[in-house]
Amino acid sequence: MTAVLAAPPSSPHRKRGKRRWIGFALALTVLVVMFALSVAIGSRTIALSTVWQVLWHPDSTPESVIVHDLRLPRTLLGFGVGAALGLAGTVMQALTRNPLAEPGLLGVNLGASTAVVIAIAFLGVTTATGYVWFAFAGAALTSAAVFALGGAGRHPTPERQILAGVSITAVLGAIVWAVLVLRREAFDRYRHWDVGSFSDRDSGTVLRILPFLAAGILLALVLGRQLNALSLGDESATSLGAHPVRIRALGLLAVTLLCGAATAAAGPIWFLGLAVPYAARMIVGTDHRWILAFAVVLGPALLLGADVLGRVLVAPAELPVGVVTAFLGAPLFIALCRRRRLSSL
Amino acid sequence: MTTDPRLSAHDLTLAYDKRVVAEQLDVRIADGSFTVVVGPNACGKSTLLKALARVLKPQSGAVLLDGQAIASYPSKHVAKQLGMLPQSPIVPGGIVVEELVGRGRFAHQRLLRQWSPEDEAAVAAAMRLTEVSDLADRFVDELSGGQRQRVWLAMALAQQTPILLLDEPTTFLDLSHQFEVLDLCAELHEQGRTIVAVLHDLNHACRYATELIVMKAGEVVAQGSPAEVMTARLVEDVFAMPCRVIDDPETGTPMVVPADRHRRRASRTAEAARA
Amino acid sequence: MTVLRAAGWSVRVHTRALIVGVVLLLVALAVALVNLTTGDFPIPVADVLRSLAGRGDAGTDFIVYELRLPRVLVTLLVGAALGASGAVFQSLTRNPLGSPDFVGLTTGAATGALIVLLIADGSGAQVGAGAIVGCVVTAVAVYLLAFRRGVQPFRLILMGIGVSALLEALNSYLIYRARLNEAIAAQVWLIGSVNGRGWTEVVIVAVAVVVLVPVVVYFGRDLKMLALGDEMAVLHGVRVERTRAVLALAAVGLSAGATAAAGPIAFVALAAPPLAARLSRSPSAGILPAAAMGAALLCAGDWAAQNALPGNDIPVGVVTAALGGVYLTWLLFRERGARR
Repeated sequence: MTAVLAAPPSSPHRKRGKRRWIGFALALTVLVVMFALSVAIGSRTIALSTVWQVLWHPDSTPESVIVHDLRLPRTLLGFGVGAALGLAGTVMQALTRNPLAEPGLLGVNLGASTAVVIAIAFLGVTTATGYVWFAFAGAALTSAAVFALGGAGRHPTPERQILAGVSITAVLGAIVWAVLVLRREAFDRYRHWDVGSFSDRDSGTVLRILPFLAAGILLALVLGRQLNALSLGDESATSLGAHPVRIRALGLLAVTLLCGAATAAAGPIWFLGLAVPYAARMIVGTDHRWILAFAVVLGPALLLGADVLGRVLVAPAELPVGVVTAFLGAPLFIALCRRRRLSSL
Repeated sequence: MTTDPRLSAHDLTLAYDKRVVAEQLDVRIADGSFTVVVGPNACGKSTLLKALARVLKPQSGAVLLDGQAIASYPSKHVAKQLGMLPQSPIVPGGIVVEELVGRGRFAHQRLLRQWSPEDEAAVAAAMRLTEVSDLADRFVDELSGGQRQRVWLAMALAQQTPILLLDEPTTFLDLSHQFEVLDLCAELHEQGRTIVAVLHDLNHACRYATELIVMKAGEVVAQGSPAEVMTARLVEDVFAMPCRVIDDPETGTPMVVPADRHRRRASRTAEAARA
Repeated sequence: MTVLRAAGWSVRVHTRALIVGVVLLLVALAVALVNLTTGDFPIPVADVLRSLAGRGDAGTDFIVYELRLPRVLVTLLVGAALGASGAVFQSLTRNPLGSPDFVGLTTGAATGALIVLLIADGSGAQVGAGAIVGCVVTAVAVYLLAFRRGVQPFRLILMGIGVSALLEALNSYLIYRARLNEAIAAQVWLIGSVNGRGWTEVVIVAVAVVVLVPVVVYFGRDLKMLALGDEMAVLHGVRVERTRAVLALAAVGLSAGATAAAGPIAFVALAAPPLAARLSRSPSAGILPAAAMGAALLCAGDWAAQNALPGNDIPVGVVTAALGGVYLTWLLFRERGARR
């Protein structure tokens, strides 16, 4: 180990470094393109030059109104949600050392859903504004419960954490179905929210989730080094001077903030949290500082791209973005898994 | 040797997916021998063993058992002729030692012959030989590495095959247990079994083997009795390691004593400093 | 462990697993009997038994044979099929999460059924057929996707997750674009329910159980070798790929039959095998105790579904999910204290 550390950076190292920077630049470019497309394309396509102009000089033309009141908030929302879910998946996989872990599997998304269902059915909440807080509380409670059940203090094994998530998911699922069977009118609203979409969220949604998002993203990015230590196993991490328990607690806090905010804003979008870290690892290897940085870029790029595609494919109608991400992400995920040797899992 | 031995490999190409490990490999395992395969890391010794045990399908060429391609036999027939101790088997949770060793009898069992008196005797004998009888009711996943290795060996022995392949059977074992396992192999060999083992320690290999197969980069570079094969030149060739080969004071077999590179280098540096 | 020997034959019986299996079966039958007595029109146990023996009066016969017995039989058989299928999948994938719910089968069955329900406007047996087709097609797709010089169990789960993510999205989109009352019907089907099941459903799942459970039990003996890894299994004479394909296909069939009859009932396939293994204190308790556990669980679940909310016959899928979840939570709590 010491010998490796003492050795001067060999050429494969430098090659990898170069590959990372090129990859990052590419990803960033893709993100910018997606951002632009997301603002420009829709049931009424607006030329990029016009977008650029009304962006800085808002006027009363329909283009300006569309850009400022509809497209821009929606794009920003996609940006935030994408970053949040990509990061949440990355952190979760690192925490459980399980490449399958993701907010959906650990029940966090469904926690948010359940809270929203209860809000819709029993408390008469009808607006996205109302959903936000319930979804957030639901996600927070579920993450806490999963963490507590999965063996908070001592040695939480990946399997047990996943199992905890599955059991909570099952219980929550039962609650949701029971509520929906009893309150049919709530079901109609729920099914539209459940599919995962940006279209009918109002423009204040971004602002409302912004503090949580920012806090979550910052926390996740700061955790990179600690997650690297954790990936060597709890014992090695401890001997390197890291505190596995503290890392897990902080990581789960980050996940809660990110998932709660994202799910509240856009409904449960599955799969992004699984696909993004996978793709990032393909490009950069195992260093979590890099994976997290890539997740912030790849998550929104993928999500915005999916949203644009959803608007184009069945125009003038729209495919909900959650459906598009799954249809895009799943084959990608399948292809990646097939290509890779699974020995490390 | 004009007739083929029971187990041999002809013109094998061995590969993991697209990474070719060995090409045009020919190996004959002399009947009743204690053959030890040695070579530097990643030279293909374990891969060869896997191919001989039909765990790894060769991309071309064939492994012959009793003159016929090993893949052409019913799987259980082969399992009664040839057993192997793999390098890192999976330990299922919650299984006790006796049960695991008992699973070594699988090839001898049928739907309505699930646990015959022979099965029982074979398991008891295997556990006695490997000294794990006392651990019979312990959970395998709670054993130490050394105990676990002996349990796996017991399972392979319970299979009661005339040919036994062992992939680094002495890993995880302390010195005395290493020799106990090797002594046990020698004993099994004397009882008439053909043993093929991959070993890391050249001195162990020379002491116990009747036949050495030396591999380097996917090729067999030497085969024969330790006394013929093990020379200082060969060790330097294969392991890039200057050494002296002397007679083992205990057994008279070749013994490899590595050259003292470190101290020689240090004294040379000191000389240079003085000059 | 007890060994029975006679004339060169020998059968090894895990005593505790046998007792557990028999007790579970009795529990399942007892609850099934209770379910026969309950409903909008309670019938005393004695009358039910008389009717079953063929000496009941016409009114009781009608209620027992036409209304309640099919439902009870579907419950028993679906429970057993799910339990057995879960046991096979969990051993094949060497993963406690490798149940049919997780390798995409249930989602595939749901997609098949939803397409029939929402696009082709089908109903009843057509929905069941749709579910079976969906389930089998999904299974074959997952298997083929996972096949690359043999099927690695972990890759199977990954492919299952990928495919089910895809289908899940399709499902919620189908529901999203449907009219409200159709969507509700679809939703009820998706939860899994044995309400109003008739003899058609009984036959579907009974055929699956009668044909496939023996297959699964016969090949199930190879599972204890597969548990030691593919290499070890090959070394001891298991034809790994063939065994795995046969077992997987049979388990898919069981799962498909169950889903066709009752919809995708959650959690039984996931929870029944570990519960049975826990009770019999053996990691390889086997497929039959798991099947018995599945039957008992689902019968108990159906009883609770009928009696939990007076006047409201809630789908049994809600109950199984809740019960299973609560149990697993308790299990995790307990393990935390017991282990390490």
